[in-house]
Amino acid sequence: MTTEDQQPYKILVVDDEPDVEPLVLQRMRRQIRAGKYSFVFAQNGVEALERLRDDSEIDMVLSDINMPQMDGLTLLEQISKLDPELRAVIISAYGDMKNIRTAMNRGAFDFVTKPIDFEDLEVTIERTLANIVQWREALASRDKLVAIQNELDVASEMQQSILPIHFPSGRTYQVFASMDPARSVGGDFFDVVRLDNDRVGLAIADVSGKGVPAALFMMSARTLLKGAAIGHMEPKSVLTEVNNLLQEDNESSMFVTVLYAVYNPETGHLTIANGGHNPPLVIRRDGTSELLTLSSGLALGLMPDFPYEEVVTTLAPGETVVLYTDGVTEAMNSVDEEFGNDRLLGIFAGGAPKDAQQASDAVFEAVRNFADGTPQSDDITCLILSVGEYQQ
Amino acid sequence: MTQESGATWTVADTKNLTVQGEIKGGVLIANTAGRVDGANAREFQDALETLLKDNANAMILDLENLSYISSAGLRVILLISKQLQGKGAKFGVCSLSSAISEVFQISGFDKIIPTHAAQSDALSAIAR
Repeated sequence: MTTEDQQPYKILVVDDEPDVEPLVLQRMRRQIRAGKYSFVFAQNGVEALERLRDDSEIDMVLSDINMPQMDGLTLLEQISKLDPELRAVIISAYGDMKNIRTAMNRGAFDFVTKPIDFEDLEVTIERTLANIVQWREALASRDKLVAIQNELDVASEMQQSILPIHFPSGRTYQVFASMDPARSVGGDFFDVVRLDNDRVGLAIADVSGKGVPAALFMMSARTLLKGAAIGHMEPKSVLTEVNNLLQEDNESSMFVTVLYAVYNPETGHLTIANGGHNPPLVIRRDGTSELLTLSSGLALGLMPDFPYEEVVTTLAPGETVVLYTDGVTEAMNSVDEEFGNDRLLGIFAGGAPKDAQQASDAVFEAVRNFADGTPQSDDITCLILSVGEYQQ
Repeated sequence: MTQESGATWTVADTKNLTVQGEIKGGVLIANTAGRVDGANAREFQDALETLLKDNANAMILDLENLSYISSAGLRVILLISKQLQGKGAKFGVCSLSSAISEVFQISGFDKIIPTHAAQSDALSAIAR
C-alpha cells in the first residue's frame, strides 16, 4: 500500500479500557509518524456510532466486544446499517470462539485476541485496508461499466430513433417496417424513401458485426443510401454508388448487406437490386409464397465497381413483398434449430393479410413462437410492401 | 516454433468454437468447428492470427465442422484473406456445409474468397 500523496487511513479504536488509547498511540507511533495511519478513539458502541456519523473519513473500526452502554456485537450490527463499506476488526478474549463466531456472522472482517500482539494487529490492519482499497476499486470499475452501458443504451436508442415510423402509402399500396433490436448497438436498419413520379424506394440492410464500430458504419451507410436513392433512377446505380463510397478507406473491412428496391405503383413494377442480402419473400394472389431468385450480388463496402444487377417483378393487387434480415431466418429455438427459409415460406401459407402492419406482426409472431424464449442474438427486421386497394 | 507435418495443435478451444492448426504437404490447415458469431468473432480472429504467426505462406480454412457463421465471422475471414493477399500468400476456404455455403452465396463472399468443395481441392489449388 502506498502512503505517499495520500491521507493516512483513519482507524476508529473502540475500547472501554482507558489504557488502550496511549498503548495504541505508543506502539503505532512509527506508522502514525510515517502518515500511514491515524487513530480516533471511542469508549463504547454509542460513542463509536457518534464518531462514525460525524466523520465520514473513517476507513475501519477496531472494536472490543465487552463494553458498557453498547457492546461490540451490537455495534457491528449498527455499522453494517450505517455504512456497508466500513470494515470492522474485533478484539476478543483469547479462546472466546462463541463471540468471535457471532462477530464474524455479523460482518466483522477479522478478529485479533487479547492481549493484543501489535505485530499481528498491524498485519491484520494492512490486510483489512488492502481489502477496502480493492473493494473501492471494484466499485469504481462497476460504476464506469454502468456509465459505458448507459451510453451504449443511448446510442442504441439514437440508432432506432433514426428509423422511420411513418410510412408513405398510396391508394394502391401500403408500406410498414419494424425492427426488434438485439441487446447491443449496431446491425440492421431500414429506410423508406419517397421518390419522384410517386415511386417509393425500399431499403433493408444488415451491417457486419455489432457494437460501436458497426453502429458508426451503419449510420454512414444509411445516409449514403438515402442520398443515392434520391440521386439515381436505377436501384443498381444506387448500390454501385454506395458501395464505392463505403469501400474507400474501409480499413476495418466492415460491410453491409443491402436490398434496395423501387416500387412504381403506376406499373406495379418492383425493381430490386441485391447487395448480398437475403432474397425477398413474395406472397402471390393465389396464396403461394416464393423467395425471389436474384443474383446475390455482393455485400457493400468490399470491392470497388462491383457490377450490381437488377430484377423486376410485377405485383398485382393482393400481393405482398416481405424484405427481412437474417435475424428472421437465423432465429434459433431451444434445440439449436434455425427458423430457416421453409418456416419463412410457411408464415403466409394461404395468403397474407391485406394490412401491411398485420403482415409484419405475423412475421414477428412466427419468429417469437418458434424461438419460444430462446434469447435473440441478432436484430430482427422486416419491411412489408402490400399492394391492393386502400382507403386513404 | 515450427510444426511437424501431420501434427495438430489447438489455438482456440471454447464452448462454442474450436480452431486447430495442422500442416499438410507444407500447407497450413485451420480446422474450425462450432459457431462464429458477434460474441466470439474476436476469438476467431485471434486464433487464425496466432496460426499465421508461424506459417504465413499459405492457409486453408476448413469449415467442415462449422455450424453457423454470422457477418462478424465473415468479416474475420475477409480480414485474414486481405492479410495473406498483402503478403502474396495463398488463401482458400473449403468443405462448407450447405448452411455455411448459403451464407457465402447470399452475401457474395463466394465471389471474393476462393471456395473449394473439399480440402483436397483446396490443396491442389494452392499447389498450382
